[in-house]
Amino acid sequence: MPEQLLFAAEVTLNGLMAGVLYALVALGFVLIYKASGIFNYAQGVMALFAALTLVGIMEGQVPFAHLINITFGTEIHHFGWHVPAFLAIVLTVGVMVVFAWCVNHFVMRHLINQEPIILFMATIGLAYFLEGVGDLMWGSDIKRLDVGLPQGINEVIDQVTFDAFGYGFFIDNLDMVATVIAVILVAGLVIFSQYTKQGRALRAVADDHQAALSVGISLNYIWVLVWSIAGFVALVAGIMWGAKSGVQFSLSLIALKALPVLLIGGFTSIPGAIIGGLIIGVGEKLFEFAIGPMIGGATENWFAYVLALIFLVIRPQGLFGEKIIERV
Amino acid sequence: MNQMAGNYITEDGRKIGGVIMEMKHITLRFGGVVAIKDISFDIHEGEIRAIIGPNGAGKSSMLNVISGFYHPQEGEVWFHGAKRPPMKPYQVAEQGIARTFQNIALFDGMSVLDNIMTGRLTHMKTGILAQALWKGAAEREEVTNREVVEKIIDFLEIQHIRKTPVGRLPYGLKKRVELARALAAEPKLLLLDEPMAGMNVEEKEDMSRYILDTNDEFGTTIALIEHDMGVVMDLSDRVVVMDYGQKIGDGTPDEVRNNQQVIDAYLGVAHD
Ligand SMILES: Nc1ncnc2c1ncn2[C@@H]1O[C@H](COP(=O)(O)OP(=O)(O)OP(=O)(O)O)[C@@H](O)[C@H]1O
Ligand SMILES: [Mg+2]
Repeated sequence: MPEQLLFAAEVTLNGLMAGVLYALVALGFVLIYKASGIFNYAQGVMALFAALTLVGIMEGQVPFAHLINITFGTEIHHFGWHVPAFLAIVLTVGVMVVFAWCVNHFVMRHLINQEPIILFMATIGLAYFLEGVGDLMWGSDIKRLDVGLPQGINEVIDQVTFDAFGYGFFIDNLDMVATVIAVILVAGLVIFSQYTKQGRALRAVADDHQAALSVGISLNYIWVLVWSIAGFVALVAGIMWGAKSGVQFSLSLIALKALPVLLIGGFTSIPGAIIGGLIIGVGEKLFEFAIGPMIGGATENWFAYVLALIFLVIRPQGLFGEKIIERV
Repeated sequence: MNQMAGNYITEDGRKIGGVIMEMKHITLRFGGVVAIKDISFDIHEGEIRAIIGPNGAGKSSMLNVISGFYHPQEGEVWFHGAKRPPMKPYQVAEQGIARTFQNIALFDGMSVLDNIMTGRLTHMKTGILAQALWKGAAEREEVTNREVVEKIIDFLEIQHIRKTPVGRLPYGLKKRVELARALAAEPKLLLLDEPMAGMNVEEKEDMSRYILDTNDEFGTTIALIEHDMGVVMDLSDRVVVMDYGQKIGDGTPDEVRNNQQVIDAYLGVAHD
């Protein structure tokens, strides 16, 4: 096989795996948008917050340590224990559920029937608030997140492809794990929404609020549920991203990468979020590989947005979208 | 007929039970608009109770008060002999009150079967964890729910469209699916807001038959809003007449038909 093709194949594979992460973040958006018509700008910050909380709990960090120390003149920082990863993840899920409840109780339920733009503004406020809270709770330094996921080049794939083509593919173990976990997560969500009482109620609310009310569904319950699920998805994305490049505030910027994913996939479609994520992941890697060198590189910063713009012009509702997104 | 005694026998020989729902001095305002003005009436167990009146009389508002979508500024709602605190629609549904809407509210993206299954939500008790951990109970529940739903699909003769996405159905069938979803809840009280609006004569006859059969076979108490006087006279045991938010008549179809105030306000007005 010609060398260029092999490179391209490797780049495509890596792109697919990067796309999985985009898809995960976009999925969080779609869930909330479908159920409540809210475009949740805070989804990226939620991923950051979840990852920060996870690290904090694992390391036994005292939340709000800085605030406490300043107020009481103390010098506490750590509880002096380490929490195992699994337990810490469970606790973090708990924190995200509490967060979901607070969002609904203190903000969203007061904004029922407001214009989408008002709801959107509320989530922008929420994003900055949550960023501040995360900062105050856990500090703003970059943190290493190690939940025991395998990292580094996968030797087996390297060896096998080398034997077959005379060129060893570089595939990161972490990317592979992320892909597997994302697939499990999506399968779980599908089973949940198709076969459980709550899933059915969730689909009902996403379809028609009035009808959902009449069959005995509590909208508040569903909204807390859907924000909790979005929080969980954010946690998963936060773990993957955090394990890859450390937990830092740039994590919240992946939300901006999810936007072109949504423009391509449609705001209301779960398959759309996944396929949109993969298209962008592969597209930006291949573009950088093939065209990048000719135009000075760093195309990954803007390629996704240009692609999304092209999609906007050709197919404004996205690949799988139901509604024209100009409503947002 | 003696209303005050509670139980009575209808002309066609059905036994009507005691009061199941009672509205006491309900007043509902939207800003300056008084949609309902000090209205009281009751609904007996097993009867078909109609609410009629010209456009904008406040009929839908009344149904919305019963089903918890609107909350009156004044008055009390009594259900099963107890005063009901202000309730959300989902709580009302859990109490066994199902409804349809004047403008049809279905889940357009779901199949007919899935739509009707959502009517069973109030009967699904198993929680998320139980469903994940203990499949048996959840499956048994699902089987029971499916049986009820199948029975209703047969009853309303919609087998042929069970897999069709509701959004693609013609208007008349949508109305029927909405009725099916309400029936799936096996309600104690069924509220129908203009179940025959926009239908042709044949469809109206079918719908009338389903309503009568529902009442007959399942003993469901029904409160319905309808414009078509002929239909109302045929279907209902007792009729409340509203006009400009006020009650101007209450009684059997015959009594109402001969009430001068009703004739002036309602029967004289042409309707679509
Ligand atoms: N949600 C609402 N907000 C403001 N006003 C309302 C609302 N719902 C009803 N109204 C007003 O209350 C009055 C009664 O309306 P309602 O829908 O109950 O009448 P109706 O008897 O059902 O009429 P129709 O035969 O046209 O369905 C009308 O003046 C209507 O404009
Ligand atoms: Mg009406």
